[in-house]
Amino acid sequence: MILVPVLAPLFLGIVRKIKAHFQKRKGASIFRPYRDLWKLFHKDEVISEYASWIFHFAPYLIFAVTVIVGASIPLFSTYFANNLLSDFLVIVYLIALSTFFLALSGLDVGSAFGGFGSSREMTLAALTEGGFIFSLLALSFLAHSTNLFSISASVASLSLLDFTPVILAFVAFVIVMLSETAHFPFDNPATHLELTMVHEAMILEYSGKRLALIEWAAASKFLIFLSLGANLFFPWGLTMRLGLGTIVLALGIFLLKVLVLTIFVAVLESSIAKFRFFRLPDLLFIAFILSAMAIGLIL
Amino acid sequence: MLKLYSKIFSTSKTVIPTEDLCCDGELELMGKELQKKIQKLFNGSLAIREVDAGSTNACEHELTALGNSYYDVERFGVSFVASPRHADMLMVTGPVSRNMREALVKTYEATPDPKIVVAVGDDAIDGGIFKGSYAVLDGVDKVIPVDFQIPGDPPSPKTIICHLLKILGAIEERNNQKEK
Amino acid sequence: MDNLISAQFSFFISLLFLAIGAAGSLVFMKNDKLANWWGNGLAILASMSGLFAATKALFFAEEFTYAVNATLPNLSFVFNFDKLAAFFVLVISFVALLASVYGLGYVKHFYKKYNLGTLGFFYNIFLAGMLLVVSAHNAFFFLIVWEIMSLASYFLVIFENKEKENIKTGSLYFVMTHVGTAFIILAFLLLYQSTGSFDFGIIKENIGNVSLLTKNLIFVCALIGFGAKAGIIPFHIWLPSAHPAAPTHVSALMSGVMIKTGIYMLMRIFIDMMPATELWWGVLILVIGMLSSLLGVLYALTESDIKKLLAYSSIENIGIILLGLGSALVFLALNMKALATLGLIAALFHTLNHATFKALLFMGAGSVISKTHTRNMEEYGGLIKYMPQTAFFFLIGSMAISALPPFNGFFSEWMTFQALFSGIQAAGHFVGWIFILAVGALAFTGGLAAACFVKAFGVSFLARPRSEEVKQSKESELSLIIGIGVLALATLILGVFSGSVAKILTGVVSNLQNFQSAEKIFSTGASLFKLQSGFAVVSLSMIFAALLVVLGAIYFAVFILTKNRKVKVGATWDCGTNLGPRMEITATGFSRSIITIFRGILKPSKQTDVEYRDADMRYFPKNNMIKLEIKDVYGAYFYQPAQKLVVKISTWVKAIQNGNLNAYVAYIFFTLVILLLILVI
Repeated sequence: MILVPVLAPLFLGIVRKIKAHFQKRKGASIFRPYRDLWKLFHKDEVISEYASWIFHFAPYLIFAVTVIVGASIPLFSTYFANNLLSDFLVIVYLIALSTFFLALSGLDVGSAFGGFGSSREMTLAALTEGGFIFSLLALSFLAHSTNLFSISASVASLSLLDFTPVILAFVAFVIVMLSETAHFPFDNPATHLELTMVHEAMILEYSGKRLALIEWAAASKFLIFLSLGANLFFPWGLTMRLGLGTIVLALGIFLLKVLVLTIFVAVLESSIAKFRFFRLPDLLFIAFILSAMAIGLIL
Repeated sequence: MLKLYSKIFSTSKTVIPTEDLCCDGELELMGKELQKKIQKLFNGSLAIREVDAGSTNACEHELTALGNSYYDVERFGVSFVASPRHADMLMVTGPVSRNMREALVKTYEATPDPKIVVAVGDDAIDGGIFKGSYAVLDGVDKVIPVDFQIPGDPPSPKTIICHLLKILGAIEERNNQKEK
Repeated sequence: MDNLISAQFSFFISLLFLAIGAAGSLVFMKNDKLANWWGNGLAILASMSGLFAATKALFFAEEFTYAVNATLPNLSFVFNFDKLAAFFVLVISFVALLASVYGLGYVKHFYKKYNLGTLGFFYNIFLAGMLLVVSAHNAFFFLIVWEIMSLASYFLVIFENKEKENIKTGSLYFVMTHVGTAFIILAFLLLYQSTGSFDFGIIKENIGNVSLLTKNLIFVCALIGFGAKAGIIPFHIWLPSAHPAAPTHVSALMSGVMIKTGIYMLMRIFIDMMPATELWWGVLILVIGMLSSLLGVLYALTESDIKKLLAYSSIENIGIILLGLGSALVFLALNMKALATLGLIAALFHTLNHATFKALLFMGAGSVISKTHTRNMEEYGGLIKYMPQTAFFFLIGSMAISALPPFNGFFSEWMTFQALFSGIQAAGHFVGWIFILAVGALAFTGGLAAACFVKAFGVSFLARPRSEEVKQSKESELSLIIGIGVLALATLILGVFSGSVAKILTGVVSNLQNFQSAEKIFSTGASLFKLQSGFAVVSLSMIFAALLVVLGAIYFAVFILTKNRKVKVGATWDCGTNLGPRMEITATGFSRSIITIFRGILKPSKQTDVEYRDADMRYFPKNNMIKLEIKDVYGAYFYQPAQKLVVKISTWVKAIQNGNLNAYVAYIFFTLVILLLILVI
C-alpha cells in the first residue's frame, strides 16, 4: 500500500536525471524529489483570501485517491489481490475523481491561469477517458475478467500469436499514460510559461504542505500508470506466493520493467517538442482507434 | 530524429567541475548568515523565483546562463520555478522602477516563509548606474527586506553560483570534506 | 397492520389527496400563503402515501390490478400496479415529495406576482397524471391521462406568463407533445386493429396475431411518440426551452420524472407487451442512445444558461438509459434473457439515479436563480461563500452526475458498461461492433459530462463574484435546503448500498412475465455486485470506506508532520497586476476548447460587430460586440424543411376552398355520383 507513494518520487528523479544527461548536464541527484517534499512540508503556506474549502480539501483527496489506487493495482505480486477494488472501471473513475477536484481547485482561487488550466485539463481528461477504458477493455476481453490481477495472470499465459492485440493496446495505453501524467507531447512538466501549462497551471496557487501532497500525488500517478503499463501488458515476473526470495526477485523485476518505461518516457521528452494543443485530440483519437482495432482482433 | 541522437551522443560534456568554481580565496558574503536550520532545509532543494524589477536584462541573461550545460546549477539542487508560492528564494534584479514597486511587494507577500531575498547586481543593491534617478527607488532594500546581495554589473554566473553555494552553506561542507 | 393499509388503498389515497389539493388550491387562490401550503402540503401527503404504496408493492409483493366498472365501450379504468409500475411510482413519489418540500419555500417569491392557486391546481393535476400514466392498463385510459399530464405540464411551463418567451416556449412544447401523442395514438390503433382490444392484458395475450410488418410499424410509431416525450435526438427541441421556463420545482419534476414516463412506456410495450423479436429494434435504440448521449453533453457544454445546461444534460442521461434499454432489447431478440435482465436493471437503476441527482441539481440551480435573479452563469461566481449549503449539495449532485465513486451515478454507469461488455462478447459480428461503438460513446460521454459539471459548479460557485447581485445574495431558506439535502443524502446512500438496490431491481424485472424463467447471472450482496461469470465485481461501500479511512489517515499524518507550520492568508497570485473578477475564466471560455475540437458537429460561428468612433478612419473602436453561436442543426435541416413542406401542401389543398358556391355544389354532386357507383359496382 505504501509502496507506490514511497517509490514514486524516485522515478520522477530518474526522468529528470536522464533528461539532464541528454542535455549534456549532470542534473540533480535522483533523490532530489524526496528533498523537495521534505522541504515543502517544512514551509508555511500562503492561501488566497478567495479560496474556499475545496481549495483546502482537494490535495488530501487527490493524494488519498492515489494511495488507494496504488494499493489496488498489481505491483510485484498477485498475492495481495484485492478483489473488491481492482476493477479497471473503478480505477479509471477514481482517477477521474482526483482530476475533477484538481480542476475545481484550479478554478477556486479566481486567477486567470487556474481557470484555463482547468479548462484544458478537463478537455484532455474527457478525451483521454475513451482511450483509457478501451485499452484496458481490450485486455479484459482477453482475460474474461475486469479484475486487474486476473488480467495480469491471463496475459502472462498468452501465446505469441495472440500477443498482437496486446501490443496495439499497449501503444494506445502509452499515449493515454503520457496524457494523464502530463508529459510530452501533452504537457511540459518543467515549463515556466503559463500559456503552455496544463497541469502546472492549476497548482500555481498551492504552497507548503498542500503543494507537497499534490506533487507527491502527481508522482504517484506517474508510477501507477507505469506499473499498469508494465504489469498488465508484460506481466511476467509477478509472484503468486509469499516467500522472501520470490518477493525480492519479483520486486527487482518490477523495478526493472518500470525503469525501462521511465527511460522511454525520458528519451521521448528529450526528443520531441510539445504538440500544439489542438493537435492533441487527434493523438487521443488515434489511441481510441488502436484499442478498438485491438478489440476487433480479439473477438 | 537519428541526426538529433547522433549529435547528442557525439557532443562532449563540458560541465564546469565544482572545484573550479569557487577556489579563489574568501568570498565576501554581504548579508547576515542563514540560520543553520534553514540552511539544512534548503541545501539540496532550493526553488528560486526571479523578479525583474526594472532591470536592463543583463542580470537576467546571466541568470539564464546558470541553467545551461556549462554551469548547470541544477546539480546543486537549485531550480527555477514559475510561481512565487512555490519559491524559497526571490532573486530580484533591477533598481526597482516606480511601476514595479507594487508588483515586487506583492511577490514578496506571495512567497511563503521561510524565504530568502537576494538582490542580484549593483542596480538591485543601491541603484547602480541609475542611482538618484526620478524613475527608480534606488535598490531593493528600500522596498522589501533583503537578506543577501550579489555584487557585479552584471555578476558572472560563476559569481552567482559561488554566492548561492555560500548562502546554502554548501561550500563549507565541501571544504570540510576536502580537508578530511 | 399489513392488511389494514394495503398498497391499493394507499395508492388511491394519494390520488385522493392530489384531487383535494387541486380543488383546494383553486378555492384558496385569493390567499397566497394558504394556497401555497395547501397545494404543496397535500402534494407532500400524496407523495408519502404513494411512496408507501410503492414500497409495499416492491417489498411485500402486493401488486394489484383494479378495474372500475364503466359503461363506455373500449374504455375501462383499469389500473395495473405490478412491480415495474410500483418502481416508477416510487421514483415519482420520492422526487415529488422533495420537490414539494422545496416548493413550499420556493414559491414564496411568486407571492403577489402570480396566481398561486392555479399553480397548486396544475401541480397536483400534473402529479396525479404522472401517477396514473404509469399505472394505467388500458390504452384509451392511458391516452386520457397522458393528455392530462401533458396539458397540466403545459400550463405549468407558461405559469410565469409575464415573460414573453415563456409563451413561445409553451407553444413549442404543446406542439411537440401532441405530435408525439399522435404517433402514440397511431401505435395503439395499430395494436387495436391486430388484437381487437385496447386493454394491455388482452393485447399481451394476443400478440401472436400481429403481423411482422405491423409490429415494425408499431415499433417506429411508439419510438417516435414516446421518444418525443423522453427527449431523444432529434425530437428534443422542446426540452432545452421548456424545462428552464417552468418554475424550478416543476422543472425538477419534468426533467427528473416526466421524461421517464416515456421510458416507462417504451419498456412496457417492448419488453412486456410486445417482446422484442427483431434485432434491428435494439440496434436502433442503441444508436439513438449513443447519439443522444454524445450530442446532449456536447450541447450542454455550449450553454451558459444554467438551466439549459441541466436540460441538455437530461438528454444525455436519457441517452445512457436508452443504451441500457437497447442492449436489453438486443438480448431479448437473441433470446438471452439473463443478459437482458442485466441491461434492464442498468436502465432502471439509471432512471432512479438520474431522477435523484437531476432533481437535486435543478433545485440547487433554482435556489441560486431565486437569490441572484438571473439564469446566466456568467454573472455568478463566488456563491460558495454566500450560499455554502446549496453549494455543497450542488457539488454532490455534480459528482453524482459525472459518475464519480462512491455516488450512485458511478454504479449505474458501471452496470450499463457491463451490459454493453456482455453484448460485445455475446452478440454476433456486426452487432458486436455496434456495442463497441456504444462503449466508446459511453466512455466519452462520462468524461465530457465531468468537464461540463466542473464548468457548471466551478464557474457558478467558485472564484469571485462577477456581478453585484451575487454579493447581495444570502443562503436559501430551510425548506429549500431540506429538499436539496435529502436528495444529496439519497445519492450517497443509493451509491453505497447499490447492491441492495440492484437486488430489488432484479425482483422488479423478474416480475415481468417474460423473465420469470431467466437464470441469474449475477449475485448481489448488501453493497456488492458480482457477475457470476467472474467477469466483474464491484463494491461501492468498500470504495467509500477506503476513501474515508485513507483520508483520515492522511489528515492525521500531515497534521502531525506540520504541526508548527502556519497558514497565512494573502491575495491570489496575479503576477503583480490588479486581478479583477472579469479576468477569471468564463463559462463560455471554459468550454471553448471542446467546442473547437468538435466543431464539425456543433458548427460554431463567430460574428464581430465593431462600431468606430470615426467611421472613416476606423482606428478607435467605440463598441465591439462578438457573437458566438452554435448552429441550430435540427431546426435548419429537419424541422424547417418539414414545416415548409406542410405549409406548401396546405396552400395547395387550400385551392379547394375557393368560396364559389357553385364549386361546392359540384363537389357534393360528384361525391354522390362516386358513392352510387361504388355501391353498384
